[in-house]
Parts: sequence; structure tokens; C-alpha cells
Amino acid sequence: MAFDESHDLFRATCRRFAEEKIAPFCYEWEEAGEFPRELYRDAARAGILGAGYPEDLGGGGGDPLHALVGIEGLLHGGSSGVVASLCSHGIALPPILKMGSPEQQRRFVPPVLAGEQIAALAITEPGTGSDVASLTTRAVRDGTDYVISGSKLFITSGVRADLVSVLCRTGPDKHGGLTFFVVERGMPGFTVSRALEKTGWWASDTAELSFDEVRVPQANRIGEEGSGFVALMQNFQGERLALAFYGHATAELALQDALAYAKERSAFGRPLTGFQVTRHKLAAMATKVAAARTFNYRLAERVAAGEYLVGEVSMAKNFSAQIANEVCYDAVQIFGGMGFMRETRVERLSRDARLLPIGGGTSEIMNEIIAKSLGL
Amino acid sequence: MKILVALKRVADPANHNKVKIPASGDRIDTAGLEWQINPFDLYALETALRLTENGKNPKKREGEVVVLTIGPKETETNLRSALATGADRAIRIEAVDEELDGRLVAHALAKIVEEEKPDVVMMGKQVVDSETNMVGQVLAELLDWPMATFAATIQEQPDGLLVEREVDGGVAKVKVTLPAVVTVDLRIVSPTSVRSKHTEAGFKYPYEEVRFAPLPAIMQAKKKPLAIKNLSELTPDLKSTTRYVKYEAPPGRKAGIKVKDVQELVQKLATEAKVI
Ligand SMILES: Cc1cc2nc3c(=O)[nH]c(=O)nc-3n(C[C@H](O)[C@H](O)[C@H](O)COP(=O)(O)OP(=O)(O)OC[C@H]3O[C@@H](n4cnc5c(N)ncnc54)[C@H](O)[C@@H]3O)c2cc1C
Repeated sequence: MAFDESHDLFRATCRRFAEEKIAPFCYEWEEAGEFPRELYRDAARAGILGAGYPEDLGGGGGDPLHALVGIEGLLHGGSSGVVASLCSHGIALPPILKMGSPEQQRRFVPPVLAGEQIAALAITEPGTGSDVASLTTRAVRDGTDYVISGSKLFITSGVRADLVSVLCRTGPDKHGGLTFFVVERGMPGFTVSRALEKTGWWASDTAELSFDEVRVPQANRIGEEGSGFVALMQNFQGERLALAFYGHATAELALQDALAYAKERSAFGRPLTGFQVTRHKLAAMATKVAAARTFNYRLAERVAAGEYLVGEVSMAKNFSAQIANEVCYDAVQIFGGMGFMRETRVERLSRDARLLPIGGGTSEIMNEIIAKSLGL
Repeated sequence: MKILVALKRVADPANHNKVKIPASGDRIDTAGLEWQINPFDLYALETALRLTENGKNPKKREGEVVVLTIGPKETETNLRSALATGADRAIRIEAVDEELDGRLVAHALAKIVEEEKPDVVMMGKQVVDSETNMVGQVLAELLDWPMATFAATIQEQPDGLLVEREVDGGVAKVKVTLPAVVTVDLRIVSPTSVRSKHTEAGFKYPYEEVRFAPLPAIMQAKKKPLAIKNLSELTPDLKSTTRYVKYEAPPGRKAGIKVKDVQELVQKLATEAKVI
């Protein structure tokens, strides 16, 4: 599977959407900590939310590469937080699509792709993050229902989610005892305990969720009991590749801003680009962006073609996360004091980039996976 | 209704600061520029789509919308984008930008109109690069067709189009019989600006812009026909009659001054700027 003109056109659609519908308001939304719900509907109408999803479920067809270039286009709005929440279905729906029954897919997927409902994925808990298989939120069978108890932390779109794909413990086996359930807003016992304040991704609503004996019908269990861990591992591949794309795209925006500023701003009687140290800094930044983008593109084509490349995906996520932080740091430096001001995009990009080596599996966990793929 | 929409690619106005003129001043250096369709031409495309649908079901075309551009191979991406936005088929006339001027473009369009026989040629009122605002008018003259320029609203009627044009001091209403040339202004994309004979009473577009090209349409656009013609075959005896003598960047803006009150402002406007 390869990138072609349709990916360029789709990226352009997403970029235009971001420049017209996100960028002008993004400062306000970032400060407010969320964006209007209508944006989901607008994005659905513009054919953005459904990229890579089957048309019979309300998707836009296309392939996984369309969803990835969509992220690049949407980031032109200047807010990773908006993109993270707008696209939280990108991590919440795949378990339903992979393992859900046709009936469950028809029930849960179309309203989300139409922008009418918001979907979130809930894995992480107050007591466990990296060591996912140690999670303790329990789902206990009771007649034809399950009763879910526990809590989930750092859940993207969690404050507003209408449906949440929740990974629960259904059996004693560490990996084999995990199962996904869809918990819906309004189910008694399911509440948002708090909206969390963060370093970056401000416009994204991130929540702690509480499950106090939430009764969930068996019809909301996704796949067989015990099928959750494998589904999660597959889901991580998509999420990590997407985060790798956030990385190079974030760095690219910071580079563009820094280039423009360095040409415009002068000191000691010359533009900043008149200093070799600045030119070389920009050269190094551009090199990092190009290397990360090229690696991510090549890898995305292979993953989209069906290869299961756990080691490489972890490398891409780590490398992109790292260069994004380095490039944003340098961009802020080139902006000087202005780079520390909330009114500049590089200030926000530099805060948003900090999430990349943490979310979706930390750098340390990525390195463990890479080491394993090296036979260590 | 069959509508021919003429599109021109222009350097993205948002990064005009990348436009460079070499020291020789004999050309504009276009390396590294990002290209997009002239915004007014996109409004023309949106107008053509609205005139060939009922509004409620934008996937069903009542008639045909053909998009056309004159330019090098890369402009096919712009045409594909127009096809993804909803046009039915595309024509590219092979040419390099430097050999064109408004008159030559109008002659080439007239040739295509002879072959295609559209009911309407829909165009932007002008391009945002050279801003000559002449191709639509020259084309109407060559074809000896009625024309309505700067359309702000269009209503399809049994015997033609009723067009409202914004003019100084009000709105002029023009009725054109078909076939006709129409050029559009930006207000044409307002929710109720365009009514075809299929538009349902009271229908309002839920947006005020050119529609987005959604992914399914992008995928379908791969299969829509795109024909290629040669400028030299369409207009064998014609050459651009415009000669560019020298290019020069406008002088950089000088810093302004601050005045302390209205009185000083008025005085400076009168004695220094001499505008009042
Ligand atoms: C903004 C944001 C959004 C998020 N969205 C979601 C979401 O939508 N859904 C969801 O389920 N989760 C979400 N998360 C959670 C995220 O996936 C976790 O934060 C991440 O996996 C790390 O887990 P933790 O925070 O518990 O850190 P811990 O696991 O406690 O790790 C702490 C530190 O120890 C290190 N460490 C842990 N184990 C090892 C090891 N074996 N070797 C070496 N070092 C180790 C880690 O690398 C890290 O540096 C989000 C987090 C953030 C910040």
C-alpha cells in the first residue's frame, strides 16, 4: 500500500478544515480547556472523522494512511489537544471493529463517525499505566449482565464521551483475563470524577472516570472473555504510529514558524538568519524533521499493507517524540522571549510535544519492546 | 444544465512572502511556492455545483459540471481536487504559465466552449495573482454571449438566470438568457445565494464556504475522466500579446508615525498626505 494523490488531497481537505475551523479559535479553546461539540459534526460533514473506516458503517472508505495524513492536516489548526479529542475515536473504535459483532458495530460506530457521539478509550488506571496487564477495574458476571467497578485515569475525551471502550479484568490470568466493554454515558454508577489540568493538550478534555457497580449488558461485551489483551496490543500499533505522525508534524510546524521568525527578527543589525549558529540550528531541525517523516511514511506503508512491525513502530514513536521535543525546544529558543509567550504557536507546540514520549506507552516501554525485537 | 467552470492555479496567497524575484528582474521565481486554485474560481465551482443539485442531496447532479484549467501537468492535482469536490469531469489544456495572457486564455476557452456547448461558463471575477479581471468579459465578447459579472446571487428561472451584482450604492439586478458567461464574487457562497430550479423552497445551505472534498469523493475522483488538450492545437495562430518588461518587488513598508490627537491627524492628512 502506498501514498498517492488521494492522500495529498485528503491532507489538503483536513488542512483547510483546520485553518478555517480550528486555527482562528484555537487560542480561546485552549484557554477554555475544550472546544465546541459542533466541531465533531463539522468534521464528520467534511468527511474527516470517517477516514479509514468502512463506508457501510458511515465511514469514508480509504485506508489507514488517510487517517494518518489527516492528523498532519488537522495539526495545522495549531492545537494537538483539539486533534487528540476530535480523533479519540481513532483509538476507541478499533477494538469494536476488530472484535465486535456486526450488530455491535452497527450500533456503536455510525453515530461516532457522524460526529453525534464522542468515543474514548479507557485503559490506564490510577494504580497502573505502563504495566497495563496489572489493571484492576473488574467486570463480574451477574446473570446475563456484568457489573463493572474501578476507575480509569488520564482518559482523552473522557469528560464528554458518550461511549467508552473500557478494558476490564474478567479473570485471574494476568494477560488472558482482560476483556473490553463499551460503557455508555448515563449508565447508573458511571461518572466523571474530575477533569484534569495538564501541561499541554489543553483543548483536549482529559478525565478520571469512576465505575461504581455499573451494570452493563452482555451485548456490550466486545469479543470473547479474555480477548482484551491481544486486541489492546494491536490497537497500540495504530496509536503509536499515529503518535509518531503527531511528532513529525508538530516538529514541522515549529520549524516553519522558526524559519519565518528567524528571517524577520533582527538583532545586532542583521536578521537572526545572519548568524551561522541560527542557520545551523535550523539546518539540524530540518534534518530531524525530514528523517522522522521519511521513516514514518515508509513504515506506515508497510504497516498498512498488513505487516506486524512492533519493533519498528516503537522506534518510530520514540524517534518522532524525541525530535519533536528537540525541534520545539530549539524553535522556542529562536523566538527568544516571544517563544515563552502564550500568543505564539511554538509556545503551545513545545508544551504539547511533551506528551509524546509519555502517552500511548512511554519511551522506556518503547525501548523495552525494541530491545525485545533485537532478541535481548 | 451543463456548466463549464474555468479554474486557475495561483500561488497560495497565505505564503506570498515566499515569492522571490531574482536580481535580474526578468521573472518571478516560483520555486518552493505552494499552489492552490484561485479562491474566486473555487466560488465559481461551488456555484456550479449548487446550480446542478437540489441542495438536500449534493451527491445527485442535475446536469453536468465540467472543470477546466490551462497549465502544466502538476495542475492535474488541482483538477482532481475539483473533481473530488463534486465536478463530473475535467479538461487540462497543456501550457506553461509564462506563455499565457488573459486574451489568449479567453480564446482557448472559446474553443473549448465550441466543443463542449455548455449552458453557462462559470468563472471567478478575477484571479488573486495578476488581478486583471478580464478573461470572463473577453470570452463573452468572443462568443457574443450575454454576461453577468461579479454575481452575488443567482436564481435560475425558466428563461435564464437572474443575477444580483453588488455595485457602489446598491444591488443591480441583471437577467441573462442562456447560454451566458457569469463571473462570481465572494458572497455567492452564502447559504441562500444560489437557487437552481431543483432547489427546494426554503432550503438553506448549512455552510458559507466552498464545500469540503470528503474522502469517499476523493476516492471516486480517481476514476472520473480527465482529458488533455494542447494549447497550440486550440489556438495555433495566437501568442500572448502581453510583454513583461521587468519585475520588481513593491518597496517594503515604512514604519508609521503616532499622532497625539484627532486634530493633528486631520492636519497631517491635509498638509502632508494631501488626501483631504
Ligand atoms: C494527556 C494524556 C492523555 C492520555 N490519554 C489516555 C487515554 O485516552 N486512554 C488511556 O487509557 N490512557 C491515556 N493516557 C495514559 C498514558 O497511556 C499513560 O500515562 C502512559 O502509558 C504511562 O503510564 P503511567 O502514567 O501510569 O506511568 P507509569 O507506568 O507509572 O510510569 C512512570 C515512569 O516509570 C517508567 N517505567 C515504567 N515501567 C518501566 C519499565 N519496565 N522499565 C523502565 N521504566 C519503566 C515509565 O517509563 C515512566 O517514566 C493518557 C496520558 C496523558 C498524559
